[in-house]
Amino acid sequence: MAEQAQATAETGPRPIVPFLKLGAEPHLVGSKCSCGAIFLDTKRLACSKCGSTGPFQTVKLSTRGKVYVFSVVHQSFPGIKTPYITAIVDLPEGVSVRTNLVDLDPLAIEKDPKPLFDMPVEMITHVVAKDRQGNDVVAFAFRPIKH
Amino acid sequence: MRNVYVLGTGMIKFGRYPEKTVPELGAEAALIAMKDAGVTIKDVEMLASGNLYQSNAMVGQRILQQVGQMGIPVINVANACATGSTAFREAYLSVASGMYDIAMAVGVEQMGKAGLLGGGAGGSDPAYSPEGKIGSGLMPAVFGQNGIEHMRKYGTTMEHFAKISVKSHKHATKNQFSQYQNEVSLEDVMNARMVAYPNTLYMCCPTGDGAAAAILVSEDKLKQFAAGRKRAKIAASVLTSDPWTERDLTLPDVNTLTKRAAKQAYEKAGIGPEDLALTELHDCFATAELVHYENLYLCKEGEAGKFIDEGGGVHPSLGGKSPVNVSGGLLSKGHPLGATGVANICEVVWHLTQDERAKARQVPNAKAGLAHVIGLGSACTIHILTV
Ligand SMILES: [Zn+2]
Repeated sequence: MAEQAQATAETGPRPIVPFLKLGAEPHLVGSKCSCGAIFLDTKRLACSKCGSTGPFQTVKLSTRGKVYVFSVVHQSFPGIKTPYITAIVDLPEGVSVRTNLVDLDPLAIEKDPKPLFDMPVEMITHVVAKDRQGNDVVAFAFRPIKH
Repeated sequence: MRNVYVLGTGMIKFGRYPEKTVPELGAEAALIAMKDAGVTIKDVEMLASGNLYQSNAMVGQRILQQVGQMGIPVINVANACATGSTAFREAYLSVASGMYDIAMAVGVEQMGKAGLLGGGAGGSDPAYSPEGKIGSGLMPAVFGQNGIEHMRKYGTTMEHFAKISVKSHKHATKNQFSQYQNEVSLEDVMNARMVAYPNTLYMCCPTGDGAAAAILVSEDKLKQFAAGRKRAKIAASVLTSDPWTERDLTLPDVNTLTKRAAKQAYEKAGIGPEDLALTELHDCFATAELVHYENLYLCKEGEAGKFIDEGGGVHPSLGGKSPVNVSGGLLSKGHPLGATGVANICEVVWHLTQDERAKARQVPNAKAGLAHVIGLGSACTIHILTV
């Protein structure tokens, strides 16, 4: 059976989404269309901006960006620790990413949200779960850049 | 395309009906609408049925099993929160095209206590579910961010959002069809449990059950069936989807498709936002209502906060202007997904025709009204009705 075969295969950290690449320098990748649009889901039949069927270029995205908007989530799925900050981070390549923000106090942000707008942030990776085969599931998050 | 009128309407109080089935709820609204229209099921030539949670279960046909199976064409519609209004539009198109003279639209939903909507499942292994691990796709957070975007651009405050909730709850006290009919104070809203900043509990619509229906008629047959009764004309029926915008795939852009729909609807109806006696718009969250004031051109871009501070959106009997969601809106009236779009058209129709069912909250000089719905994913419908 496939499931058993997988369980005995090599185990190790797995990215939570295909557009996160692990290794020595973890980073996100996107598909870039000749019209300039970039998409994080790398499997795409045609460009949603212009309709071109490609070919699309796989591009390595910057691990630094700026916070566009955010919310503080107080009620979530079972097993998700709240409150936490969800945000849209703009990357310099002209694509945005949905992410958690870490190393910030969510309740302080609610009292004074302004400093978060355009805050420079950098990507980190961390283990967020173990899958059924016992592999670590690795997610990305962003945190303020410390000067 | 021919002119089309709303001949009759029906709605049941939104709430929780665990003892009833989805077709039963839909059939109740359908029977009320047919009685109001003065027609029987033998007069109805087509049915467009809107339901989301049982969209694979032939809800329209099962409604007809409850009210009369005449073998008419039925289409079952699913379009997220715009499901009911899209069904209404299908009924409209079938009459406007000249294909039929009398069509019925039903919107119905049974959600029970569904809890939070949205968020990704992540395939068969929940370890790979992205929800909460790489941001949130839950509706309160998505619409929270739409509100924060307005804060970022224009300095809008949490109090502005909270005032919308206070207003909608006050409106709902005059609506016997509303799931909640209680007032809340600004302090109540501001201090309520936070769901997703800046949306507190009272700034999020409830889940629930409900149904609404409408009978549509061609201008040719209006005289025969309406018999001197005042009936509202469908002056515009518009549906848009979300065009590509910069962040639409990570933060659903509810603004662009609404603006496009509004422009088309005003042009088609030949009126402007200043001519509207009332607007029923898609306030799934208080943050959503605020951005739609601008998206529907009820105020200028960036001035929604000022609009609220000056009494915009409030019923004229309470000293306001440009009334929005006098029904109580989704925030108080409730949001049974498939029923919502038909119900807010019913509300507009009732004001335009001085229907008994809106007597307690009748807006003055009601000659035109607008009903707006957004389904995330995204779909936007706008209907403008006139008398
Ligand atoms: Zn392209």
